[in-house]
Amino acid sequence: MIALDPDRDRGGPGTPLLAVQSLTKHFGRKASVFARNNAVVRAVDGVDFTVRKGETLGIVGESGCGKSTTARLVMQIIKPDAGEILFDGEAVGGRALSLASYRRQVQMVFQDSYASLNPRLTVEDTIAFGPKAHGLGAKAAIARAHDLLHRVGLEPARFAGRYPHEISGGQRQRVNIARALALEPRLLILDEAVSALDKSVEAQVLNLLLDLKDEFGLTYMFISHDLNVVRFMSDRVMVMYLGKVAEIGGSDSLFEKPLHPYTAALLSSMPSMDPDKRTEEAPLAGDPPNPINPPPGCRFHTRCRFAATLCAHAEPVLTGGDDHRAACHLADPQSGHPRLAA
Amino acid sequence: MTDAPIVTAKDLTVDFAAGRSYVRAVAGVDLTLARGETLALLGESGSGKSVTLRALMRLHPKSARIGGTITVDGRDVLAMNAAELSAYRGATTAMIFQDPGLAFDPVYRIGDQIAEAVMRHENVSRAEARRRGLELFERVRIPSPERRLDNYPHEMSGGMRQRAMIALALACRPKVLLADEPTTALDATVQIQVLLLLRELQRELGLAVVFVTHDIGVAVEVADRIAVMYAGRIVETGPCAAVIRGAAHPYTQGLLASRAGHAAARGSRLETIPGAPPDPAALPPGCAFGPRCHAFTPACAGGTPPPVDVGAGHWARCMRLAAAAA
Repeated sequence: MIALDPDRDRGGPGTPLLAVQSLTKHFGRKASVFARNNAVVRAVDGVDFTVRKGETLGIVGESGCGKSTTARLVMQIIKPDAGEILFDGEAVGGRALSLASYRRQVQMVFQDSYASLNPRLTVEDTIAFGPKAHGLGAKAAIARAHDLLHRVGLEPARFAGRYPHEISGGQRQRVNIARALALEPRLLILDEAVSALDKSVEAQVLNLLLDLKDEFGLTYMFISHDLNVVRFMSDRVMVMYLGKVAEIGGSDSLFEKPLHPYTAALLSSMPSMDPDKRTEEAPLAGDPPNPINPPPGCRFHTRCRFAATLCAHAEPVLTGGDDHRAACHLADPQSGHPRLAA
Repeated sequence: MTDAPIVTAKDLTVDFAAGRSYVRAVAGVDLTLARGETLALLGESGSGKSVTLRALMRLHPKSARIGGTITVDGRDVLAMNAAELSAYRGATTAMIFQDPGLAFDPVYRIGDQIAEAVMRHENVSRAEARRRGLELFERVRIPSPERRLDNYPHEMSGGMRQRAMIALALACRPKVLLADEPTTALDATVQIQVLLLLRELQRELGLAVVFVTHDIGVAVEVADRIAVMYAGRIVETGPCAAVIRGAAHPYTQGLLASRAGHAAARGSRLETIPGAPPDPAALPPGCAFGPRCHAFTPACAGGTPPPVDVGAGHWARCMRLAAAAA
């Protein structure tokens, strides 16, 4: 393809590709006839994480936990209320890294493959649109589109001239991936990108994503509610609960020795694949609380079986080594949680 | 089980009008369900699993043609007139859906909607019907049930609405429960609660359940038997453990192998089934899975494979098995 930008890797291998600090987004409910108060949805509430170069960071959590809002904040589709996003060591929108340049280096693939595409553009025009907008000539842009179609497993001769409604869901998601790659991004955000696909097609697209990652030296943020898929794809995993990071760590360490009771509950909620060892007891009762009025202290304390008085008052911070950290008083030997003394 | 099955469908076909022609969504399904048994219909989008389920309730538009026979609790469902049908729906067979938000009327209190269903089928007073509603809310473990009966659907969370819909479905003590992906829209920690609740209710009330899902894990959690559907046909069916551990059809084998589960090491590639599910309007000849199958032979395109017995109550439709058995 096209030669890589010589100064693409500015910060060197040690600098995280993405560093997010105290990222916060509260959605104010607009005054309407029905609004009784000025409640605020604390969608993302002080989130810190880094994505290292070349890794896949998986993000899991239930609806309302803020995983998609986090993705949109990183993508700069919505403006954060507070917090900082550093890309390869540079502040986004600062002098060294303009928003346009950042957006070219970070691309996103969404869950709904059909809604993501312009129904009036052919597949090749869809993929060529971005490069053209960024100054590539029409002919070169179409050539790049064909090359990318080939790489995502769609024969250009058959698919280039088709419209989104003429191809299947799996093929459409391949087009979305090709489009995301058209600007040679360094970070790809996959927000439930395989969730709407049939299982037999999902495996094909996961394999494709792994191949493309190797081929183009990409870094992924992989958001999904499917823990099996996240474990398969991710080097590290971040678990979110009601706008906060509950736990973050290496994939194997997190799946095998979860530190946060919420992570443990999430893992044991996965359906068993063994007919002789069916799940006998639900690990959690009730639904996740509303992010409009999150519980004080530890946000998980209302559903946690280890909750103590402390948990209702003091908010735990992420503690632990660099490789595996959890925001739970039980993970912090100094917290004074009664179970630690016992 | 010695007594006759409660649900029997023979050579069930469902055709939908598509312009001037018809599209065959269900192409000859045979299924039986014993009293108190749970059958999972497993398949991908367009496999005909939901259409089969809806046919058992005759929930299709008038333009759809249903062929074959459906017998539920000794009665011919396809021969029922409008009055018989509305007595049958809810009282003998009840259904729960993926989206409880759409199953309830948004402008009536949930308690009133349950009471209405009870009064429609049984000659009871409003107070008695409400008492039944309360009992059901306790049964499906909705916290503070008395207060929750007066909720409108939007005042409940997704998981609670799903419990309320199960309560509504059970209001007239049906014998058969049809469940169409009832946990697909729920979060993981809530899904497992609802699955366990359904399993418990099924056991306590002796319900026969047909559970439609695309998720093998969910099927394993609830089902006694699994029927795998592909392109409008059941391609394999058998006891849950037999199908999961000894899948005989290449499609079932492929589905199991392509799961990103514990077995798949990170960085490795998943085994995949090539291609995509076929368009029901343009099915390949013979075995519909043929073009995607690793064991395809010209014989596969020659005709629909017959069901071949591969174990106790376990059969699959595959030419390879048919050839081996012959």
